[in-house]
Amino acid sequence: MRKFALNFTLTILFAWLGSQFLPWWSIMLAALIVSAIVRLRKASTFIVPFLAIALLWIVQAWLLSSPNDFILANKISVLFGIGENAILLILITGIVGGIASGTAALLGNQLGAIFSSNDS
Amino acid sequence: MKIWKLLLSLFLSLAVFYGLNTQFGTIPPLGKFLNPTIGFWQNELSEGNNNELQIEGLTDDVSVIYDDELIPHIFAQNDLDLYKTQGFVTAQNRLWQMEFQTHAAGGQLSEIVGADAIEYDREQRRKGMVFGAEKALETMEESPETMKAIEAYRDGINAYISSLQPSDFPVEYKLLDYAPEPWTLKKTALLLMYMTDMLAGGDSDFEYTNLLKKYGKETFDLLFPDFFEVQDPVIPQERDWSDWDVNIPAAPETYQATDLVADLMEKPHPDNGSNNWAVGPDKSYSGNPILANDPHLGLNLPSIWYVLQLHSPNQNVFGVSLPGAAGIVIGFNNNISWGVTNATRDVKDWYKIQFRDDSNSEYLYAGEWNKVEKRIEEIKIKGEDSYYDTVSYTHHGPISYDGSFGSDNERVGFAMKWTGHLGGNNQRSLMDLNKAQNYDEYVAALEHFAAPAQNFIFSSTDGDIALWVNGKFPNKWEEQGKFVLDGSNPEHDWQGFIPHEHNAHVKNPERGFVSSANQHPTDETYPYYVFNDGYETYRNRVINDFFRSKEQFDIQDFKDLHNNNYNLKAAELLPTMVEQMDKSSLNAQEILYLTEVRSWDFYNDIEKEGPTIWERWWIQVRNMVWDELAAEDFEVDYPMTYQTIHLLKNEPNLDFMDIQETPEKETAQDLFLLSFKKAVEELERIKSRNGDLTWGEYKGTYVGHLLQGLPAFSRFDLPIGGNSGIVNATSKNHGPSWRMIVEMSDPPTAFGIYPGGQSGNPGSKFYDNYIDRWAAGEYIGLEFMQSEEDLNNSLFIQNIKPQK
Repeated sequence: MRKFALNFTLTILFAWLGSQFLPWWSIMLAALIVSAIVRLRKASTFIVPFLAIALLWIVQAWLLSSPNDFILANKISVLFGIGENAILLILITGIVGGIASGTAALLGNQLGAIFSSNDS
Repeated sequence: MKIWKLLLSLFLSLAVFYGLNTQFGTIPPLGKFLNPTIGFWQNELSEGNNNELQIEGLTDDVSVIYDDELIPHIFAQNDLDLYKTQGFVTAQNRLWQMEFQTHAAGGQLSEIVGADAIEYDREQRRKGMVFGAEKALETMEESPETMKAIEAYRDGINAYISSLQPSDFPVEYKLLDYAPEPWTLKKTALLLMYMTDMLAGGDSDFEYTNLLKKYGKETFDLLFPDFFEVQDPVIPQERDWSDWDVNIPAAPETYQATDLVADLMEKPHPDNGSNNWAVGPDKSYSGNPILANDPHLGLNLPSIWYVLQLHSPNQNVFGVSLPGAAGIVIGFNNNISWGVTNATRDVKDWYKIQFRDDSNSEYLYAGEWNKVEKRIEEIKIKGEDSYYDTVSYTHHGPISYDGSFGSDNERVGFAMKWTGHLGGNNQRSLMDLNKAQNYDEYVAALEHFAAPAQNFIFSSTDGDIALWVNGKFPNKWEEQGKFVLDGSNPEHDWQGFIPHEHNAHVKNPERGFVSSANQHPTDETYPYYVFNDGYETYRNRVINDFFRSKEQFDIQDFKDLHNNNYNLKAAELLPTMVEQMDKSSLNAQEILYLTEVRSWDFYNDIEKEGPTIWERWWIQVRNMVWDELAAEDFEVDYPMTYQTIHLLKNEPNLDFMDIQETPEKETAQDLFLLSFKKAVEELERIKSRNGDLTWGEYKGTYVGHLLQGLPAFSRFDLPIGGNSGIVNATSKNHGPSWRMIVEMSDPPTAFGIYPGGQSGNPGSKFYDNYIDRWAAGEYIGLEFMQSEEDLNNSLFIQNIKPQK
């Protein structure tokens, strides 16, 4: 459990820091690095960083959109063909971020495996 | 095993990265677009916070006070700071639009949207849009003051652009995955060309030539008379021109061009036009002149107009600007107010060019072979290699149509002669008008204006009202340029221009008001050659009749007239159709429709069904009259509405009334019945689709986003009446793009509204917040500040300081 929490928190932290000066793929980089260091097992390797970034992006999108009454989110959701549905768009945003970080975490985990096997 | 897993996860990561970082068709790169730190979520923002910033090159502090409607009131210490801040503030609200419109003008849309726009871009290049912009820039360079002003404006835009991070880019850039480029003076010139093309880019020379060839002179003149029987020109008919000393060039022998182009370039929207009117002190409730203007253009978001106030020690002016050009285009200051309608004159002519050989490098002129100048046009395409086109230039202008574009004959081309290519310093006219204090300064400002020719209306606190049909007009021989001309004959060249002081104008006419609505500038007595090349015949008469109807007018009268839905066209034909139609064969359903349309009061109001019935009936009868023309395999124009109605009423047995595909010979009376029956069939279908036949539902007015009407960023089904040809000229996607009323009190009292909002950001509540009020016929009171302290409710203030 502690490892889950550590991976989760560090992924969010690194992703947030990276996003201050790097393009959108900073979340992939963050997940890759964190998951190489804090290695998880089996499905959690993907799921924990997935949830971390999904949460980060959902909260960020919500905080940006809510004070403006979701004006643009509603329009972009029409553009995406899902009708006027800002909430669904926020979820999609989270899922896209989650998939990106989850797959990067799988790679990070494998890279971590190489180093840890060298260590042993 | 480990290696295999590593490779798999590496491949997976790369695939996800590529998939989310790449644009597929119209889908933006999702990772970039959706991430909250850089993507579109950053545009989810309405303007509203005070801020302080610095701009390089300012000489003094500037403050920009935004009122509740997000209208900026700029207070600067000198004019260059003022224009610089105008550029900055405009870009802040409208950057994407500014760049998009200039790309559209210069034929560079493929750069943004890809290969689909190549044909459009080629047309723009072949029309010589860039060439015209270069000429305009050359003229502007002759005036150092103009140059300094537009350089300051440019620097302001660029100061804004360079302050942007990718996360700040307008959302359209993120959707299409590109970045803004620096503003240039050429872009300002291109924007002015965009307007010139929109307003003075039309002509029917090929169509007229085709019709003349097929039907002969007599029929042509019947269908397209130089003057209609009824007229109410811009310059009142009482105006006497006899004291002018005028030289008209002699007409050469008649000439008829052959080998015409079968497939012509797209024309500007035929409804591009406007209304303006002003009453003098005697006809005003307060003794102050009152002026109004409403330019009719395509209804787009972001709107073509941006409202603002410019204040410096040299000027205090308020009105609408075109994002991309310095100063105010339509507006008022403490002394004068002015507005424009399109002068709709034939200022674009075509010359048939004979090439010496297939190399297309020499053309015949005055018995000799002249060299063309070839311009290689590179059209950059997003994600693909550039497309190259060669456009040849003659002394007339660009050869728009040749063997590689439109012409079937390798050795024949058609060159365009257009006032849009003459250059002109419209910027100077606008900036001078902004500062003008009286009639003489207004007239002096107009002299620099070349194209698009406009009816400039004027009123002043001195109590003057005036109207100048203003622009550079060729002094043509009789019928010159009505038909395609001979490019090898020097007598066919434009022989000169009408001197500026001979442009038709009127000051303080006896009738106490001036007005224009794209109708004929004058009657037949004007000494220069003018023919009807698409003049309006309805709005002008409704407007002028209104001002003849009573002694005095107030601001409410002006508002009512802007929103007047009276359909004069219907009133002039419908009673005849109803009366003359043989009603004996009508079935019960048809009788119901007839009863409905008969009881209609000729107002195109949204809740009425009469206008919809009339509209379908009219379209059907018109199509039946001109079925001969529709069947031609060459390009034609239908005669204008006024003349069609005139013929239906006065020449009922004309051959054109016959429907070709029936054995009988129809008359106008037969057409009324046949078209009515057909219209009823159509109306039934429309009714089952829309649920009812109300005019509002049928017309379905919308304001579309500039990017191919992207539905998510557009507004649909707006409840507004009117139609083209009606004073409230709102049709489906076209209409009053700015309504302004100014009373020349001290200080002036002004109202305005446009179908949009000040912010170009679809994520802002100011993106479209005027639209509902515009549709309802309401106005915003324009707060004309006399000093910085003069505003009660400011939304926020930007304090701008020189960068140290």
